[in-house]
Amino acid sequence: MSDDDHELRVSKIRSGTVIDHVPGGQALNVLAILGIDGSKGEEISVGMNVPSDRLARKDIVKVEGRELSQDEVDVLSLIAPDATINIVRDYDVVEKHRVDRPEVVEGVLSCPNAGCISTGDEPVSSTFDVFDDAVRCSYCGTIVREEIASLIDT
Amino acid sequence: MRHDHVITSKQLSRSDIETVLDRAAEIRDDPTAVADRHAGALLGLLFFEPSTRTKMSFETAMKRLGGDVVDMGSVESSSVKKGETLADTVRVIEGYADALVLRHPKQGAATMASEFVDVPLLNAGDGAGQHPTQTLLDLYTIRENAGLEDLTIGIMGDLKYGRTVHSLAYALSNFDAHQHFISPESLRLPREVVYDLHQEQERAQVREHEALEEILPSLDVLYVTRIQRERFPDETEYQKIAGEYQIDVDTLEAASDDLTVMHPLPRVDEIAPEVDETEHAAYFEQAHNGVPVRMALLDLLLSDDEGETDE
Repeated sequence: MSDDDHELRVSKIRSGTVIDHVPGGQALNVLAILGIDGSKGEEISVGMNVPSDRLARKDIVKVEGRELSQDEVDVLSLIAPDATINIVRDYDVVEKHRVDRPEVVEGVLSCPNAGCISTGDEPVSSTFDVFDDAVRCSYCGTIVREEIASLIDT
Repeated sequence: MRHDHVITSKQLSRSDIETVLDRAAEIRDDPTAVADRHAGALLGLLFFEPSTRTKMSFETAMKRLGGDVVDMGSVESSSVKKGETLADTVRVIEGYADALVLRHPKQGAATMASEFVDVPLLNAGDGAGQHPTQTLLDLYTIRENAGLEDLTIGIMGDLKYGRTVHSLAYALSNFDAHQHFISPESLRLPREVVYDLHQEQERAQVREHEALEEILPSLDVLYVTRIQRERFPDETEYQKIAGEYQIDVDTLEAASDDLTVMHPLPRVDEIAPEVDETEHAAYFEQAHNGVPVRMALLDLLLSDDEGETDE
């Protein structure tokens, strides 16, 4: 059974964005990174841990009525470096993107250092420099290599 | 040297450092030459943590340049007590002063504050982060006593939380110094600092040790910091290691006659008082050097601010 067959388990969208090849179990973190929680009435479909040819198990996220920008999808690279992004209009895929690792992510992750100024009540967004294998808080310098998903500011 | 703010020693090049140290030496030799150089200028002191040496030396430095200070006072008597953010506080005080000095318990506080102000902001310690002006006076003291070329230095004590240590380590990597870090396992240098020293500053020569004896005879400088008892969840764990990181005249028998012993102060019991009387002791001189070094730094920053030419 191909990836496409499994993708169909999640209903097709008319217009919006399909985020495919997300590592299994990371779909909800993808939504958190994108700041999508359904509270604004977004129509969201999620497939989790479906078999995949490329990844042993993958997640799929479909967001109806919203075309994500390249900047938005690039932050997904922190947890889904192999994700593919399909922009859909009238049931047709009109654009396909891969995620690129951004140099900086802002307002997406919370610094795990409780002594960092960015964790307080100051009027600043968290800012992390993105390395190949880690992220680093721009304020206190803390480096995080693993469990980056646990830093997602939900 | 041309910086709007002094936030971390990582931003200081070898040339920047030498400019400040050379200027400090000129000022120390002839302080009267700069006595009215910044008459009328005001330095804003924002100390959110207790401080004696840093605060008083900044105040002295500014007054010896002919300027004056405006002091936020204690946190308890300030608007911070009412819940004002640091961002608001610095935006208000920059309207009163020509430059700001900030000490704050949170790491990254100076970085964040600098995003909100246009006047020069000097980091006087941000939590366990950085203390770059202390580093400049440390380097001045090292240069005077041992020289900065081909230096072998041991840095001992609480390396994990010691901001003076982190700042000094970065700055020393500009001088190809051999740096030996001596601490108990639980207080080792933060991995972020080690990463920077190894990865970003390729010239750094860094080794870590648990015992001073391993390295003491080869040192030109031994920089001691306080092992902070309050960091240990178990008092017996502190007692086990505390004695191993104390310096007395017996310890120094294994050292070179030329060894310079430094400490950012305050000390508690990590350097025995008897060491004060030896030729090794440089920590009071080190504290005194804070004035000419901070005079030099303020002079350079305020002169830049006034559009004058660097000297």
